[in-house]
Amino acid sequence: MNINLFTQRDETTWEIPASGRMRVPAIIYADRSLIEAMDDKVYQQITNVATLPGIVGYAYAMPDAHWGYGFPIGGVAAFDPDAGGVVSAGGVGFDISCGVRCLHTGLGADDIALAREALADELYHRVPAGLGSTGHIHLGPREMDDMLNDGAKWAVKQGYGTPEDLERTEERGCMRGADPGQVSEKARYRQRKEMGTLGSGNHYLEVQYVDQVYEEPIATAFNLHQGDVVVSIHCGSRGLGHQIGTEFLRLMATSASQHGIVLPDRELACAPIESEIGQSYLGAMRSAINCALANRQIITHLTRQAFKTVFPGTQLHLLYDVSHNTCKLEPHATDGETRQLYVHRKGATRAFGPGHPELPAALREAGQPVLIGGSMGTCSYILAGTAESEQRAFSSACHGAGRAMSRRQAKRQWRGAQIIDELKRQGIIIRSPSLRGVAEEAPLAYKDVSAVVDAADYAGLARKVARLRPLVCVKG
Amino acid sequence: MTTIPRWEHLEHGADIGVRGYGSNLAEAFIQAALSLSSVVTDLDKIDPGESVTVECEAPEFDLLLLDWLNEIVYQMATRNMLFGRFEVQILGHHLQARLFGEVTDQAKHQPAVEIKGATFTELKVYQTGAGEWVAQCIIDV
Repeated sequence: MNINLFTQRDETTWEIPASGRMRVPAIIYADRSLIEAMDDKVYQQITNVATLPGIVGYAYAMPDAHWGYGFPIGGVAAFDPDAGGVVSAGGVGFDISCGVRCLHTGLGADDIALAREALADELYHRVPAGLGSTGHIHLGPREMDDMLNDGAKWAVKQGYGTPEDLERTEERGCMRGADPGQVSEKARYRQRKEMGTLGSGNHYLEVQYVDQVYEEPIATAFNLHQGDVVVSIHCGSRGLGHQIGTEFLRLMATSASQHGIVLPDRELACAPIESEIGQSYLGAMRSAINCALANRQIITHLTRQAFKTVFPGTQLHLLYDVSHNTCKLEPHATDGETRQLYVHRKGATRAFGPGHPELPAALREAGQPVLIGGSMGTCSYILAGTAESEQRAFSSACHGAGRAMSRRQAKRQWRGAQIIDELKRQGIIIRSPSLRGVAEEAPLAYKDVSAVVDAADYAGLARKVARLRPLVCVKG
Repeated sequence: MTTIPRWEHLEHGADIGVRGYGSNLAEAFIQAALSLSSVVTDLDKIDPGESVTVECEAPEFDLLLLDWLNEIVYQMATRNMLFGRFEVQILGHHLQARLFGEVTDQAKHQPAVEIKGATFTELKVYQTGAGEWVAQCIIDV
């Protein structure tokens, strides 16, 4: 991207002044090389977001921003319901509440060295992964409603976890305001065999170890120490979320003009928060958030079973669970007053700073864990929310690496078997049902997550706490 | 109906696009559907032994393409099937189709990725100056 398009505020803050139909300015957080490498489409998309009714402050793009649908992936925008603000199905995306959770294992890298193959087999055997895999839990209509209402809380009630898990999940594991009545029969039907499945694409379950600690006091508060083995689970709301996204995207795109909304791009599909469609979407989208939370909770249960089989007596405690495709009602201080705003984070992670009342007591002083997934075979990071992130981007940070290369290019360049062998030489075990899938997810097909995390840290969006390196990766 | 491969994939940073060409609208929709299936697996790996019938209707051709592709995605997801051959009839703005394929076998098909849905991004259905139909959009995977 041409940096002359921006007014540079500091090392990592690039502002686009409001012009044309933009109601507010836009800001991209990135270092110079990230912004130079960023797709021009991010500029176009973030300025489009800035034209939407009721937007507050700025339209933001995170350091990992790339070309998305309507919103860029890595887009953050807040809307005021009292100022005609909108809710956008395009601003949440298809994989509603896709996110990451991280579990402590209580084991060290040395403890698992000799049993890594067995652990990989056990995890791969227990956690359904890839297209065509089905879960073991099939829900009837009543149970489906309960799950959509209560999320991870429902899953824990069914025996798939502990009340402590809920403390360590956004929304305490249960998104309020879900309205399962707004979830179509098609969406329910699509989900019926998909509870407790990982999915495919960039979703994974990884066994990792803490390879570097940057911020000792926060790492201690997060109970992370050099050499600790953790498990990260990255997946979302499965078919239910995809179907809700599909249906509301079409409905909002085709009805926008009835609400007097001019869409610069149909993919920005939205409706006024206070409209019937807006409320209907919020009810369905929050149900999908619960579906994602329940799904990650069930996979947590399967992961615990796998660990107990290979390492009897191990206890896996949840560090935290974050979602990165959501729209949430949150209080934010803007222009000297606190307002309730609908914050869209599309490929962006909530990053509440120290003292935030939403955080469980054990984490409140340190700030919210911000879990950043890398690509297969590369590092992941754990950051912590900062106080200044509230002013920087409504308490939001980046979510991952973002692709550097299309699937088609990756498939042309690598073979799956070659990638698996290469990673094995580096001490990383891959289990996947699809060699083609592995080739398309090749580590070098993604951007360098470290540069993204450094920029987020520098910009004050979140503080770097620890780096994780993979040992085992189950890939869908 | 002809099924000479006349489709391609569009480059998209995070995802992938599908594009089909045809001498008429129905043919372009068939080719776009083949392009969609080949995002997941190689078409020649799909045995077209079982068939499913679908219908959709939309006020504009581009919405009809969106609905058509999303209907295939839905059938793939809920029947756990992959489709390698399509028959399509379009009358006015009403589409009727048969999808031919088989139940997904991970070992045989090596499915690369699951498709979440068709998007409005790059969604276009148009006729070129030479009279050829083009049907395309980006899909989220």
